[in-house]
Amino acid sequence: MIIDHPILGPRDSSEFVYLGDACLIDRPDPLDRNAEKLFYEYQYLRDNIAGPMQELWYHEQGDRSWLVVTRNTVTHEISKVELAREVSRSRGRSK
Amino acid sequence: MAFSALKILKEGFTGNRGWSPHWRDPVLKKEYDIIIIGAGGHGLATAYYLARNHGITNIAVLEKGWIGSGNIGRNTTIIRSNYMLPGNQPFYELSMKLWEGLEQDFNYNAMVSQRGILNLSHSDAQHDAYARRGNAMHLTKSGAVLLDKSGVQKMCPFLDFDNARFPVKGGIWQPRGGSVRHDAVAWGYARGADSRGVDLIQNCEVTGFQIKNGVCFGVETSRGPIKAKKVGMCVAGSSGVLAGKAGMRLPIESHVLQAFVTEGLKPIIPGVITFGAGHFYVSQSDKGGLVFGGDIDGYNSYAQRGNLPVVEDVVEGGMAIMPMIGRARLLRSWGGIMDMSMDGSPFIDKTHIEGLFFNGGWCYGGFKATPASGYCYAHLLATEKPHPVSERMRLDRFKFGGQFDEKGVGAQPNLH
Repeated sequence: MIIDHPILGPRDSSEFVYLGDACLIDRPDPLDRNAEKLFYEYQYLRDNIAGPMQELWYHEQGDRSWLVVTRNTVTHEISKVELAREVSRSRGRSK
Repeated sequence: MAFSALKILKEGFTGNRGWSPHWRDPVLKKEYDIIIIGAGGHGLATAYYLARNHGITNIAVLEKGWIGSGNIGRNTTIIRSNYMLPGNQPFYELSMKLWEGLEQDFNYNAMVSQRGILNLSHSDAQHDAYARRGNAMHLTKSGAVLLDKSGVQKMCPFLDFDNARFPVKGGIWQPRGGSVRHDAVAWGYARGADSRGVDLIQNCEVTGFQIKNGVCFGVETSRGPIKAKKVGMCVAGSSGVLAGKAGMRLPIESHVLQAFVTEGLKPIIPGVITFGAGHFYVSQSDKGGLVFGGDIDGYNSYAQRGNLPVVEDVVEGGMAIMPMIGRARLLRSWGGIMDMSMDGSPFIDKTHIEGLFFNGGWCYGGFKATPASGYCYAHLLATEKPHPVSERMRLDRFKFGGQFDEKGVGAQPNLH
């Protein structure tokens, strides 16, 4: 698979480390009243999507950026690549 | 129709005209006592043991493709019971015992071949760890022999013992391990279940569940709704998608695992050999092909095919212990979808929905578990109580820290 890095251009996926579903960006608030339940769900449960899925890839053998890659898990086709930082910002999670 | 040597001889002399189909093509009923979703190895075994051990035969096994079209037909056929922890090892030992009597039990030639499995060690520390594992295996009378370098040399002289990076220091040998003809396992269980009255329904996809007030009383299928007192999911790689239809999220990710077979060669590999410093396992099929595999590709996938970097990685593992493998030509490779659980161990449990049961999370170890999985799942479905050897395989174990620390290989190494 070739991942079209927004800064570096097309790179082989073997340069990356895979983390999984991009919902992992939405880390629960540890001060929440239901934090224990929320962290259990965050840590262990998955939607395990068959089809287009947003996922986190880390460019370990490159610029060490985190990317949000939209990839179809049935066909391996990649339709969108964004910097995770920007996705996270757009969700209001980081400055 | 029972198989026997005499029958084969008789048919051989009379033009093989006396054979009949192994199972019926039954008419789908509107209601069953139990519906099992997925006619793979585990689902068929479950139906078989429900009928054989519990006398329940009003069962439908629903399959969206054809019988045995999933991972039971796409694995590397290895059987072993060389685990370590309580909660795991007794389960796999039960499976091994069932394998040993399987062919007589269901009167079908599954070609169970206990040629032994050898796990290589490459450092003193690893050798010590294998000694510990071997002792744990003796607790369940599974049998284990700790071999030093010369012991391994006698068995497999072709290994690269003086490899600069991963020299072979010894290994642990389970003589009862081996391989089985995978498709015949599905066919044998299917035939055994069918002959006891179980309906095997092919080309019937489950599209939803009938759930009301937290109780499941049937399924929606591509061939219409079917009612059932109990419904058991047993769909391995598709577990996430199926459970999603019941509104459940599982501690499972689906990943693709590739396997490979070379051209047919003369007998060379004595049993199953595994690399201790990488992930590589190889055996030789009865046709002579070297059957081998390694790691999952490492990203979520529902495609039954993998990518090239992992092919290279697996073959590098092979070359590291067995350089002669480089002279063999690869014939075929294929991929199967693994239901990777978060701690690398399976689930056989009730769900929070009454009447709905779950079997899955087998990672890439489902094949060897087929008989015990069916046996224990049947016990759970029939009695609503877990079988003693599978009682720790709970679906909610991550909630209270009940995960298995067997090897710590789940979908992601960084989850632990």
